[in-house]
Amino acid sequence: MKVLMTEYLRIDLDTENWECRVCDHVIGSATKSYKEGLLVHNRDPREIHPPILDPEKYRFTFSPDPEWVRILEFCCPSCGTQVETEYAIPGHPPLYDMEPDLPALKAQWASRGEQKTPVVGPAVAADKGHGH
Amino acid sequence: MSETSTKVAPKMPSAEEVALIKKFLNDTTLFLGPDPEIMQNHDLMPRSAEEDAAMKTISDAHTVAKIRDRIQAGCDEGYEMVEQMGAAPGAKWGDIITGVYSASGDLAIASAGGVLIFSALVHHPIKFIIKNWVNEPTVGVRDGDGFIHNDSRYGNVHNTDQSMILPIFHKGKLVCWVASTVHEGENGAIEPGGMPSMAESPSDEGLKMCPFKVVENYQIKRDILTFLQNSVREPKLQYEDMKVKLFACLRIKQRIEETLNSDGPEALVATLRTTMENVRAEVKRRVSEWPDMTVRTYIIQDSTLRENCVVKINCKLTKTGDRLIFDFRGSSPEFTNRATNTILAGLKGMLAQCFLCYVWPDLPRGQAAFAPIEVITDPHSIVNSSYDAPNSQSLMSIFTGFTAGQHAVAKFLYSCPEKYTKVHAPTFNMINTFIWGGVSQHGETLGNLCADLNGMGGGARSDTDGEHALAPIFATMADIGEQELNEEDVPFLQLVSKKMTRDAIAPGKYRGGQGYTMIVATKDSEQWGFMTTTQGAKIPPIQGLFGGYACGCYPLSKVKGVDVYDVLLNEPEKFKHSIEEIMNERPFEGAAYTTHHMGMGFEISKRGELFMISQGAGAGYGDLLERDPAGVIRDIEEGLISPGVAERLYKVKFDPVTLAINQEATDAARDAERKARIARSVPYAEFIKSWNKPTPPSHLQYFGCWGDDITKLYMGSADKFRDANTPRPNYMVHPKDVRIAELEARLAALGAMGSDKQ
Repeated sequence: MKVLMTEYLRIDLDTENWECRVCDHVIGSATKSYKEGLLVHNRDPREIHPPILDPEKYRFTFSPDPEWVRILEFCCPSCGTQVETEYAIPGHPPLYDMEPDLPALKAQWASRGEQKTPVVGPAVAADKGHGH
Repeated sequence: MSETSTKVAPKMPSAEEVALIKKFLNDTTLFLGPDPEIMQNHDLMPRSAEEDAAMKTISDAHTVAKIRDRIQAGCDEGYEMVEQMGAAPGAKWGDIITGVYSASGDLAIASAGGVLIFSALVHHPIKFIIKNWVNEPTVGVRDGDGFIHNDSRYGNVHNTDQSMILPIFHKGKLVCWVASTVHEGENGAIEPGGMPSMAESPSDEGLKMCPFKVVENYQIKRDILTFLQNSVREPKLQYEDMKVKLFACLRIKQRIEETLNSDGPEALVATLRTTMENVRAEVKRRVSEWPDMTVRTYIIQDSTLRENCVVKINCKLTKTGDRLIFDFRGSSPEFTNRATNTILAGLKGMLAQCFLCYVWPDLPRGQAAFAPIEVITDPHSIVNSSYDAPNSQSLMSIFTGFTAGQHAVAKFLYSCPEKYTKVHAPTFNMINTFIWGGVSQHGETLGNLCADLNGMGGGARSDTDGEHALAPIFATMADIGEQELNEEDVPFLQLVSKKMTRDAIAPGKYRGGQGYTMIVATKDSEQWGFMTTTQGAKIPPIQGLFGGYACGCYPLSKVKGVDVYDVLLNEPEKFKHSIEEIMNERPFEGAAYTTHHMGMGFEISKRGELFMISQGAGAGYGDLLERDPAGVIRDIEEGLISPGVAERLYKVKFDPVTLAINQEATDAARDAERKARIARSVPYAEFIKSWNKPTPPSHLQYFGCWGDDITKLYMGSADKFRDANTPRPNYMVHPKDVRIAELEARLAALGAMGSDKQ
């Protein structure tokens, strides 16, 4: 059985591996951080959040300061899908952000049927109000 | 001491002596400060004998539902009264809450709208009253009494919020409490508006009302009222809103009395307790449906509002069975002389808000929704500050703590088949607005803020873009107000208001909702000024979700040496309607154009000078290369993003004139970008070899743990730290002293300080 964990990641409970939901690439063991099986790029935040004010004239420009923060972009080595971003202080070790308890996950999903598509959740619907 | 001496075990006091010591201490308490027993506990009080008996008598679900709906309607009615009649801008825009509390002080039912963070806070002062004043012969709690409170250390967000609390009696017996809480604004602190960022100790924060009696026989005591009015900058507002809150409480009391008369006190008591216990049990059931997992995240504050520095809010969220544990250990130590600390209850209140508004909005509003959830922090932490630490800008830590929680929760919810909302990227979390004060065009002394703080951009959801300027994270049903109405009372205009700030974006498969521009200028007063009190001018205060990006940064821009009203009168074509155009084109000759971080202390403004800021965007969701090209074009058409930025980031190819999409070229560009990503990225193991550093960077003042080691909290540099469990003072140097030292060093280097005596 496979459990859909994020927009782009699932866990195969039988093989205990993280997998890419876009290209089915086996990313790595689910006993470790999925990030260990991905590629990383150290992005200058000004490339994503462009300066609105002229950086030649001003200290603050609407862009993050690249000496204060970087964007770590994690992508699938097979299909290039951007699986996660992490706004990080320069040099701060990347986070082990999702550490599932696999035996508990298996026990929980043993009583559930496999879901091929994620449950989206209810939309906020406009109240039709009172009427006759 | 001799090496041969024998240690003698200290004599332990007997039970009788312990009782005597306890009685002595109780009888001779010199000061009733915030009670840790009350302040550290956010769970429900144990079921009382009266509640147990009532629940055995009244167990019919229909009766409970009927009474709960009636009480809920009463709370909503009180809420409407405060919103319609309150004088404080915060009251008019929904920064309020009303509620009914059990006899033991737990908030059982709160108004559906308003600031639900209060739902986890106002029970603390009521429990203080119960513990200390009920049996105190000089105070007492009687029918017709009312108590006022604002000091956050006794249970509040910050001291700008004031509560009116009334006990409700039936045939001489206390059956419950009602309370109304409003963000009043002015409170006599060292800066106007109630949220001073310049406060360096609690003594700088204005009124410090521990819970005390201010109403007897349903009448406000005039002598105490006068004292309170004399302590703040807006004496009329103080009086008016005390009356408004009192009468809202009395209306709720009236609805409770109708229930007492029709169904009896047991039915009311059973309803309040049953509601809370059912919600608490339901929360545990819902949590048990989440995957057992640990999720880690952190949010960075980039200033103390006085200086830029790096302040970590560290969050580890663990779910095991039906337990959910927020672990904020490793977050920054508290600042001894900066106002951005929060008491623990404030953080808990905002986390409760996350669940009540963004995860389980169907649950009845009240204290029970967060009651079973656990929170761990370090002592004297920025999210669990001590009695002696200022906290008037607690919102900075409360909001970044909220975002850490919201970000972590989303990673649990995705796989969960049972959802009550859509998975949600973090909402923008800063109160980007102008706080103002001075003497108005009508000669009134005022101090308050613009409701634009309520226009935070919404985070993207798993199948939808975020909504623009949606709502504040602390009050999802609050309003951003009518600026034109505000301008009748205050001597400044918002020359640009509610125009989306182009290119201040949070990209993703679904993009975050954006924030709007505010450009203000004083017009009709020589004694008027502004403050801004937010973080995020150097580092975004949120994170993206599942490959989406956070927002960018939001600075303050000023134009001085211009009277823009003269420009509008004589050369109106020179005025521009965006920060981008005014700052880059510099249309006003001779004016000074500057940018700053968003911690502007109160500053007097001259007529026609411009102060310019923008509200922020919520975070994006998913890989931006999956964004529907039609959505990108729509964003261009709506002025949210410029064509060049859209093409460069989203790799969408379109005709520059007609904006017609070239789908084939877009597909090719996106395929090429995916390949380019793979080419420019490196394997994780290789990346961390060069990226990971053992300590914080030397060029940043860094506060909090580094990496996973939460036992060591850095306090500004790699060689200054404390043990997490051993509090130490954490003083910051006055920014002006820092600047003077820099300039003196330069003078010394030039040999210009040689003759100065030291």
